[in-house]
Amino acid sequence: MRVQLLLTCLCDAFYGEVGIASVRVLEHLGCEVAFPKEQTCCGQPPFNAGDWASARAIAERCAGVFQEDLPIVTPSASCAAMLAEGYPMLGLDAPQVFELCQFIDEVAKPSSWPSLPSPVRAVFHRSCHGRMLHLGAVQERVLGLVPNLTLEPIEDADQCCGFGGAFSVTHGGTSVAIGSAKLDALGAPTPERVVSGDAGCLMHLDGLSARSGRVLKFSHVAEILAEAL
Amino acid sequence: MNQFDDYVKALDPDVRASVRKATTNVARARERALSVLFEDAESARLRAMEVKSHVLDNLRGYLLRLEERCVHNGIVVHWASTADEARILIGELCLGAGGVGETVVKAKSMATEEIHLNEHLEGLGLEVVETDLGEFVVQLDHDTPSHIVAPIIHKDRHSVSETFQREGLGPQSSDPATLAGQARDFLREKFKRAKVGISGINFAIAETGRLVLVENEGNNRLSTTAPKVHIAVMGIEKVLPRESDLPLFLKLLAGSATGQLLTVYTHLIHGPRKAGDLDGPDEVHLVILDNGRSKVMNGPYREILRCIRCGACLNACPVYRASSGHAYGHVYSGPLGAVLGPALEGVAGVGTIAKASTLCGACEEVCPVKIPIPAMLLKLRSELKQPRAPWLAFQQAASSQRAWSLATASLPVLSSLPNPWTANRERPQRQGRDFRRWWDERA
Ligand code: SF4
Repeated sequence: MRVQLLLTCLCDAFYGEVGIASVRVLEHLGCEVAFPKEQTCCGQPPFNAGDWASARAIAERCAGVFQEDLPIVTPSASCAAMLAEGYPMLGLDAPQVFELCQFIDEVAKPSSWPSLPSPVRAVFHRSCHGRMLHLGAVQERVLGLVPNLTLEPIEDADQCCGFGGAFSVTHGGTSVAIGSAKLDALGAPTPERVVSGDAGCLMHLDGLSARSGRVLKFSHVAEILAEAL
Repeated sequence: MNQFDDYVKALDPDVRASVRKATTNVARARERALSVLFEDAESARLRAMEVKSHVLDNLRGYLLRLEERCVHNGIVVHWASTADEARILIGELCLGAGGVGETVVKAKSMATEEIHLNEHLEGLGLEVVETDLGEFVVQLDHDTPSHIVAPIIHKDRHSVSETFQREGLGPQSSDPATLAGQARDFLREKFKRAKVGISGINFAIAETGRLVLVENEGNNRLSTTAPKVHIAVMGIEKVLPRESDLPLFLKLLAGSATGQLLTVYTHLIHGPRKAGDLDGPDEVHLVILDNGRSKVMNGPYREILRCIRCGACLNACPVYRASSGHAYGHVYSGPLGAVLGPALEGVAGVGTIAKASTLCGACEEVCPVKIPIPAMLLKLRSELKQPRAPWLAFQQAASSQRAWSLATASLPVLSSLPNPWTANRERPQRQGRDFRRWWDERA
């Protein structure tokens, strides 16, 4: 099956390994991955900020970069939600798009996954944009396939980490207060790994935990899946 | 800085902890209650949403029917298109029933908060006494409610006791029952003396002209039956078609608001006291308030009028939990307020509160009438007047891959300069390999 990768701006700028891991995971599932190099941004930042004229221009360009008849897969519920839910709000057609785990769960449907080399005790933070895609526990289900990976339950798992894109800067104090509560829930007792499906959440939580002197290791879902390959 | 960050910073750590604890506990209780109340809570919410949407689609007809049935029951119906009209009308009713210096008792009502009724009545020389325990404390402290269901979610029993002691209600105590007793003794005298009782309404049934009120303290009962005149104030959207709609809404409201299976009291008000009745008012007035709602009905935020004021979206909201209700600067706080405030008053005034959201969607997930709050917040943001220059520059960068790569390559450098991100967080660092280079090299 041929799929197209939407890398996302955060993976473009900071988290190249997440993109690499996504390609390896998709190839492991037998996919032929295309990466349209002209891709830039999906348009979500101006969309969320309220500048819909800019958002529409960027979204139109983004949709044009990808081939219409091939599914788009992206390691971000946030970007996937922008394409699936945001584009129609801008008056554009929604491309056929899957968040990485959604693609694994709904399309590729592997019955097993290779094992992590050694046991890892992790906690999982569900990114909120999964709500818009009705992901439910899809990411946890996919991680559940990985032998040697244990997901510990956390308190109030449905609470946001406080990132919220530009909100993390425009409302920095509030964002950090929300994030600290999330870190308290994620970090006690200290897990070996904090896993999430969105680089935005990870960037915010990682930055916050480093500043507050906590020692936590953060990984994207794609990285965990690729580590097992 | 913005008002939310200011509040987060200024909030007493104990207050923040108790707001977080209270909202978290109610949010958990809500989930438990809904799972007990309904075999399938999701389909209950869907039904409630459909009933409310149907009401909005046929609002005029249902309101006229309600008026007709109310009049039939002996309830006097008044229409107020603005807050001002409502205030003047209610003021005249109060003065007519008693006169200057008389006592008016009030049961908790967001509609009367919305029209700032108390200030107006006090200006007319009336003594206005809030009788809901939380609202009573708010009034004594010259404060404002910070939550539509739990007005003093930002106070603890210690500060309540201080207030009561200061106002001469009784000695210091940390026992909630003792404090409630102090308030009860004080309020009982007011109930005895009051000529007018004012309340809100949770639902009004068009089919029968019955006014439905729910509460946990019993003060609504006294406010609406002890004085000889009862004035009920409702927004136009509070009408329900049939009596048979009530069970669904009573269960959803109690479960969503407090995690109860049913509120302690449910009052079904059928009209004034009849011959042979042991108690009840001689007159019941219903004030049907528009105050901007018709305008909202015909715009993009129409669905917010499905709201039954349960407060579940406040409790679920990470921003509300961190900043508490006063940060919104509006009588309606939380996700509900962030939409309803600007929808009623226009984005030019309070529109920026729509920005105080991570768009996490927790509000929509818990809303018993499935209001798409995040989508509305986005729409509100798109209506704000904002400088376009930064986004035009962003758009420029995103318009070619070359410009974009330059921009993303400079991000790790740019982020090392002092900025709002690094005020409280370490800056993000490029981790591992660059994707595009990796992709090109393996090809
Ligand atoms: S918007 Fe929904 S959740 Fe919020 S108060 Fe209204 S009914 Fe309750």
